[in-house]
Amino acid sequence: MSESTPPSRAGYIARIAANRSAQVGMALILLVTAIAFLGPYVAPYTPSEFIGRPYNMAAEGALLGTDNLGRDVWSRVLHGGHDLVWMAAAATLLGLTLGTAIGLAAAYYKGLTDLLLMRLIELKLAFPSIVFALLFVTMFGPGKLLLTVVVGISQAPSVARVMRGVALSVVRQDYVQWARSVGMPSWRILLSEVLPNTTSPLLVEFGLRMMWSISLLAGLSFLGYGIQPPAADWGLMVNENRNALAIQPYAVLTPILLIALFSIGCNIFAEGVTRAIGRTGN
Amino acid sequence: MTASDTQPIVLKDLRVETLGGTPIVRDIGFSIAPGKVLGLVGESGSGKSTIGKALLGYAAPGLRIAGGRFLVGGTDILGLSEAGRRGARGRLVAYVPQDASSALNPAVPIRRQMIERLRIGADRMSDAQAETRIRETLDSVGLPTGKAFLDRYPGELSGGQLQRVGLTVAIVTHPRLLVLDEPTTALDASNRASVLELVSRLNAELNMSSLYISHDLGVISAVADEVMVLYAGQTVEAAPSAPFFDAPAHPYSQALLTAMPTTRMRKELRGIRGRVPPLAERAAITGCLFAARCDLATPECEREMPPLTPFAAGVVRCLHAGRDRKPAAARPEATPDTAGPALLSVRNLSAHYGAEPVLKDISFDLRPGGCTALVGESGSGKSTLSRCLIGLHEDMQGEVLLDGVPVPRRIRARPTWMHRDMQYIFQDPYGSLHPRRSIGASLAAALRLTAGPDARPAREAVPEVLARVALPPAMADRFPSELSGGERQRVAIARALIGNPRLLICDEVTSALDVSVQASILDLLQSLMREDLAILFVTHDLGVVRSISDRVIVLNQGLIVEEGATARVIGAPSHPYTQSLLSKVLEVA
Repeated sequence: MSESTPPSRAGYIARIAANRSAQVGMALILLVTAIAFLGPYVAPYTPSEFIGRPYNMAAEGALLGTDNLGRDVWSRVLHGGHDLVWMAAAATLLGLTLGTAIGLAAAYYKGLTDLLLMRLIELKLAFPSIVFALLFVTMFGPGKLLLTVVVGISQAPSVARVMRGVALSVVRQDYVQWARSVGMPSWRILLSEVLPNTTSPLLVEFGLRMMWSISLLAGLSFLGYGIQPPAADWGLMVNENRNALAIQPYAVLTPILLIALFSIGCNIFAEGVTRAIGRTGN
Repeated sequence: MTASDTQPIVLKDLRVETLGGTPIVRDIGFSIAPGKVLGLVGESGSGKSTIGKALLGYAAPGLRIAGGRFLVGGTDILGLSEAGRRGARGRLVAYVPQDASSALNPAVPIRRQMIERLRIGADRMSDAQAETRIRETLDSVGLPTGKAFLDRYPGELSGGQLQRVGLTVAIVTHPRLLVLDEPTTALDASNRASVLELVSRLNAELNMSSLYISHDLGVISAVADEVMVLYAGQTVEAAPSAPFFDAPAHPYSQALLTAMPTTRMRKELRGIRGRVPPLAERAAITGCLFAARCDLATPECEREMPPLTPFAAGVVRCLHAGRDRKPAAARPEATPDTAGPALLSVRNLSAHYGAEPVLKDISFDLRPGGCTALVGESGSGKSTLSRCLIGLHEDMQGEVLLDGVPVPRRIRARPTWMHRDMQYIFQDPYGSLHPRRSIGASLAAALRLTAGPDARPAREAVPEVLARVALPPAMADRFPSELSGGERQRVAIARALIGNPRLLICDEVTSALDVSVQASILDLLQSLMREDLAILFVTHDLGVVRSISDRVIVLNQGLIVEEGATARVIGAPSHPYTQSLLSKVLEVA
C-alpha cells in the first residue's frame, strides 16, 4: 500500500526538479522576487528622499550613488520591483486562465465556436501587444489594475493557441468520449478530464508568458505609461536616468540587470520544463 | 547460382540487453534455408521486434546488441563495423515495416526511392540496369510498371499498393534475407491474403529467406515453413510448421493455440493466467520463465532454466514437453432468445457523416442475457452504429427504444437512467482511462455519474466491482500506467459495470489485446451474460463472433445484409458478402 504513490504526477514534478535548466531558472526567479519583496524592508532610505547632489556615483552612504534628483539609487532599486513582479504574476495568471479557457472551449466545442474564438484571437494577434496596451492606457489613464488586466488580456491569445492544440488531442481520447457518453456536463469534462491532462504545456507557457509580461510592463513604465513618478519602478528608473548613462551608469544598469535576470530566469525555466517533459515523449 | 546462394542464413546466440545489462532477448538462434520462411511468434513484450531490428544491426535507444553471430552468405553482420552494417542493410538483409506509408518518404516519387538503393555501393548498377530491375520487381509483385505509376508519390497510392511498394523497395536489391515485421497487421483481410501469397511466391522465385514476425498464429500458419515461439525474450519452441500446429509441445504454445478463436466451432477459449514477468523481475527468476503461469509446473521447473532440447521434429525449452495437451473444447451452441420483450429496439436508423450516408435503415432488437455480434469490415458503419446508440454520434434519423421508451438522439437530452442502463466500452484500453486518476477514483467518478436511487457508497461498490472483473481490491490505488493492457480493459469493464447497466456496447474491445488476454476478457464477458446483461459486441473477427455471440448482424456499407443465429450464419452463410468474409479468415489448420 505504501508503495502506491501516484507515479504520473510525482514522476513529472521530480523530473522537472531534477532538470538543471529548470533549477537555474527557478533560482533566478526566486532571487529577483526576493529582492523585489524583501527590498523595501532593508532599504536604507525611502524611495523619494533626497540624499545628495544628482548623478553622484560616489555619494556618501549611497551604495550605487544618486539618481537624477539626488535620491539613493540602491533604495529605489529595492523599492522599485514589487509592483512590477506582482503585476507581471497577476497578468500572467490572468492571461493563462483566459487563454486556457478559450483554447479548451475551442478544442472541445469545435465548429462555429472554434471558428469564432480563433478568428477573434487572430484579430488580437494582429496588433503588437504594446500598441494594444497603449490604446487602453491612453483611453483610461495609467492605473495598476488596468495595466495588469490589459497585459493579461494581451497574453491570452498565444496561450489560447497553444492550449487549443494540446486540448485537440486530449479531447479525442476515449476517456473524454466516455465522460460524454455517461452524460457528464461539458464544464466538468473540461475541468476534470481535459485540463489535468494539459498541465505540462501549461507550465511551459507560464514561464514564457511571465517573461513577456515583465518585458511589456517594464516597457510601458519606461514609456511613462506605467507606474507614475515619484514612485520607484525599475522601468521608470531606466527612463529617468538614461540621459546620464555615461556619468552614472548604476542608475540605469541596475534596474535593467534585474529585469533581464527575471526574464532570462523565466525563459530558462520554461526551457527546462520542456526538456524534462519531452524526455518521456508525453 | 553461387555456393553462397544455397547456404542457410544462420543466427547464433543473439543477446540484446539494456545499457544496464538486463537482457531483452537472449540465446536466440535459428537457421533459415533459401526459399524458406521462418515465422517468429510472440505476444507483446516478447522481444520479437527487437530481434527483427537486431538482424539489421540496429538496437533501439537504450539497448545494445551484446552478443551473437549472424551469418549471411559467409558474412557475420553483427561482427561488422557500422559502415559495414550500413552496406549490408538493404543488400544482404532488407526490412519491411508494419506501416509502409510511414516508411516511405512522402515527398519523393516512388521511382527514386527504389532506384537510390541500386545506385549506391560497390556493386551499383547503371541507370538502365536499375530501371530494368525495378520494372521486373514491380511486375513480380503485381504493380503497374508504367512511367505514370513510377512518378507517383506515396500519398497517391492505396494501403494495399503502399505495402506492395514497401515490399518492392525491400526486395529490389535481391537481399538474401527479408525481415517482415507484422507487415499485414494494418491491412484488411483481402489485402492481407494477397500480401501473404506474394511473400510465399517471391521467396521461391528469388531464392530468398524470410523472417516473418507476427503475433497472429493464423497468419504464421498460412505463410511460414518453420515456426519459432518467443516468450519473455527466449525461444521456448521451434519446429517445422505442420507438426507444430498439429501438436505444439511447449505448454505456452499449447495455451496460445487454445486461446485462438475459430469460426469452425463455438470454442471454449482459455486465457493464460498471470502476466509475462516484467523485465525488472526476470533477472530474479532462476527457473523457467513460464513456470508461474503454467499448469504443468513442478518444483524442478522453478529450480533452473530448462535448456532447449530436441523434441519430435523441433526443439523445446520445457521439462514437460508434449505432455497433457488438452484438446480445444467446444461449448454447447447457444440459441438466441427471440420471444421475450426487447431491451433495446432499433427502428429504421440512418446516420450520416456530413452528406455521406453511413447507415441506411437499420432495424434490430436486443434481448437481456444475450450477446449479439455486429460484424463488418472497416467502413461498414459498425462503429458508427454503436456510437449512435450511446449518443456519441448525433447525426441520425430513426428511432431507438430502451424498454419501450424513446431514447433522445442528443446525449444531453437523455435522463440519467439511460446513461446507467447503456454503457460503452472502447477498443483501446490505453486511451480509455484518465491517466492522472487512480483506478479507484475513476470507478468512483463513474458511480457518481450513473448512480441510481439505491446506489451504494463508493468504498463498498469499488472493491465489489473490481472483484466482479477478477481484479484485487488493491488495484484501486494504482494508476493506469502501472497496469497491463488486459488489466486496463478489465478496469474499463468494471467502470461500465459499476452503475449496474443492462446493456454493454463493446466496440472491438479485444482487438488491441494479445490472444491469451483476449480469451480471458471474452471469458469475463461471458460470465456477465449469465447475469442477464445484454451485450452488443462490435468486431471484425469472425472467430471471436463464433465463440462469444448467440446472434450475428452482418453489416456491409451501412446495410444489414444478413442476420440470424451465430451457428447458422457462420456455419452456413446465405449472403455472398458473409461468404466472402468467411473465405478470407486465416485459421490454424
